[in-house]
Amino acid sequence: MNALNLVFQFADNFAFVVLAAVGLAVIFGMMGVINLGHGEFIMIGAYGTTLSANAGAPLPVAMAVGVLVTAVMGFVLERTIIHRLYDRLFDSMVATWALGLILTQGMRILFGNSIPQVSTPLGNIAYGEFSYSTYRVLLLPVALLVLGGLYVVFTRTEFGIRARATIQDPDTARALGVDTDRMYTATFVIGSALAGLTGALYAPTLTVVPGMGSSFLVEAFVAVVVGGPSVLLGTTLSGGLLGTIDAVFTNLFGTFYGQIAMLLTAIVVIRVLSNGLTGLVESVRNRVEGE
Amino acid sequence: MGLGDTFDRLRRPFEGPNTLGNSRAFWVGFLVVLAGLVGYPIGFGSYAASSAALYLLYAILALSLTVIWGYTGILSFGQVVFFGVAGYSFALISMNLESALATTLALPVAVGLATLAALVLGYFMFYGEVRDVYVTILTLVVALVLNTFMAQTAGSEWTVGSVALGGFNGIPAIPSLTFGVGEAAVTLDGSAFYWFTLAALVASYLGLRALVNGRFGYTMVATREDEDRTEMLGYDVRRVKLLVFALGGALAGLSGVLYATWGNYISPSVFGITFASIPVVWVAVGGRRSLLGAIVATVVIEWFRQQLSATGSQYALIIVGVVLLAAILFVPEGVVPRLDAALTDVRDRFATNADTPEGTPE
Repeated sequence: MNALNLVFQFADNFAFVVLAAVGLAVIFGMMGVINLGHGEFIMIGAYGTTLSANAGAPLPVAMAVGVLVTAVMGFVLERTIIHRLYDRLFDSMVATWALGLILTQGMRILFGNSIPQVSTPLGNIAYGEFSYSTYRVLLLPVALLVLGGLYVVFTRTEFGIRARATIQDPDTARALGVDTDRMYTATFVIGSALAGLTGALYAPTLTVVPGMGSSFLVEAFVAVVVGGPSVLLGTTLSGGLLGTIDAVFTNLFGTFYGQIAMLLTAIVVIRVLSNGLTGLVESVRNRVEGE
Repeated sequence: MGLGDTFDRLRRPFEGPNTLGNSRAFWVGFLVVLAGLVGYPIGFGSYAASSAALYLLYAILALSLTVIWGYTGILSFGQVVFFGVAGYSFALISMNLESALATTLALPVAVGLATLAALVLGYFMFYGEVRDVYVTILTLVVALVLNTFMAQTAGSEWTVGSVALGGFNGIPAIPSLTFGVGEAAVTLDGSAFYWFTLAALVASYLGLRALVNGRFGYTMVATREDEDRTEMLGYDVRRVKLLVFALGGALAGLSGVLYATWGNYISPSVFGITFASIPVVWVAVGGRRSLLGAIVATVVIEWFRQQLSATGSQYALIIVGVVLLAAILFVPEGVVPRLDAALTDVRDRFATNADTPEGTPE
C-alpha cells in the first residue's frame, strides 16, 4: 500500500520537475541564456488559462490560449530585449529577472491579489485509504509526451537540425545559409511556450496568484543544474533522480524536507560531476567507445 | 605645501586603476560630503537620522555584492542569505542571553557565523568547480530554501532556547545595538546608531578601496577577466574566489546585524525573492565595478522606493524593474561610471581649450 503511495508520489514529482524545468532547459541548453523570469512565464500561462476559462472557454481551449499568450509574449520580449543580450551572460540573467519583477507586479496591479480559480477536472482515483486526483496522475504521460515531442522536433526535423547547428557553431551555420537570428527567436519562443504549457497544465491544480512563479523556481533551477548541458537527456534524468528523492523525503518528513534534499542533491551532484548527469553519461559513453 | 603632500600621501593607498575618484578634487569632495552626512542628524533630528541609517546599512550589503560580482565576476543572488543568517543569529544570541555583554558579543559572533556560512557554501561551489550561472542559481536556490524553511517555523516546536522563530511573523523585540558590560553599557539608537552605521560604511568603503587597489585586488580582477589564464599564471583561483566570497559574506552579515537592530525585527522575507534581487538592482544600476556607484545607487533607489511606498503606490516594483532593465540595456557599465566618464570628458575639453593659445593654427 505504501509502495503504491510512493509510486504515485514519484509520478507526480517527476512530472512536476520535468514540466517546471523543460522551458528553462530548452532556452538554457540551446542558447546559454538563463531565464530568471521563467517562473513568471509559467505564471502568465496559468493566468491566460484561468482567465479564459473564467470567461467561459472550455478547459482545453483555455489552456491553448494560455500557451499562445506566453509564446507571443516570449516572441515580443526576444525581439525587443533578449536578443541584445546573447553574449552577455550575467546581463541576460539580470534583465530577465527585471522582467519577472515587472510581470509579477504588473499582474497584481491588473488583476489584484487573487482571481477566481478553476477547479481540478476528472475526479479522483481511490485506492484503499488513498485517493489521487486523476488529472494529476495524467500529468506524467503529458510530461513524457512533451519530452518525446521535443526529441522529435530537435532531432528529426529540418528546423531542429538548423537550430542545433546554430547552437554548435553560429558562424558556420550562417555561412551555410541558416538564418541564425530566426533560430534564436524560434528557440526562445518554444521555451516560452513550454513555460506557458506548464502554467496552463498546473492552473487547475494550484492557486493562481501573481507570485506563483517562485514555487516552480527551486525545482526548475535544481533540475537544470543537475541535468547539465544536454537538454532532453538532462531534464529526463534529473526529473527521475529529483522526483525520487523528493518523493521519498516528502513522504517521510514533509514537503520542506523534500526541497532541502533536492538542494543538497544539487550541491553534491555539482561537487562530484561538474557537467551534471549528462556529463557523466557522456564520459561513460566515451570510455566505452574508447575501448 | 606640506599639508598637500601629507594629503597626497594619505590618499595613495586608496587609489589605483580599480576605483573611480583618484584625484585631490575627489577626496576634497568626499570629505565635504562626509562632513554633511555626519552633520545630518544635527540638522534634521534623530528621527530623520534613524530613517536614513537604513539606506546606509543597505549600502554595506551593496558593497558586499560589488566586491564579489563587480571585482571578482561571481554573480551571487545569495548575499541576503548571509545578511539573514547574521540577523537571525544576532537575535537568537542577544535574546537568549539577555545581557549587555552578550549583546555586545552577538555582533562579532553573528558576523562570524555569516562568514562561516559563506565559507562553507563557497567551499562547495568553488572547490567543486562550479562556475558562472551555476553559482548564481545555487545561491538563489539557497536563499529560496531558507525562505521556505523560516516561513514554516511558526509552531511552538521551533524555538531556539527561549526565542521562538515565529514563522512568517519573524522575531520582534530584538535588542538595539549595545556595547559594554552591565551598567556601563551604551545602547545605540537614533543619531548614535546612524553615526555608527555611517562609520561602518565609510570603513568598509575605504577598506575595500585599499583592497581592490592592492595586490589581492589585482588578482581578483584578473580572475574576473580570465579565470583560466590567471590560474596558468600560478594563482590559486579557487582560493581567491573563496576568500572574496567569505569577505562578501562578512560584509553582508554586518549589514544584516545592523538591519536587525535598526528595526528591532527580522522576518523570513529577508530571504525572499524580492529582497534577494534588490542588491543586484543597486549594484547593476550604480555600476558593478564601482564601489562608490553601488553606494550612491543604493541610497538613491532606496530613498525613491521609500517615497513611493509611503504614498501607497503599487508601481514601486515596476519602476525598479524598468530602471534595472534600462540600466542593463543602455548603461551596462552603470550610471556612476558613466557620469564620471562624462565629467572627465568635459574637464578634458576645458583643459585643451585653455591650453591652446588663441589663434594658433591646428
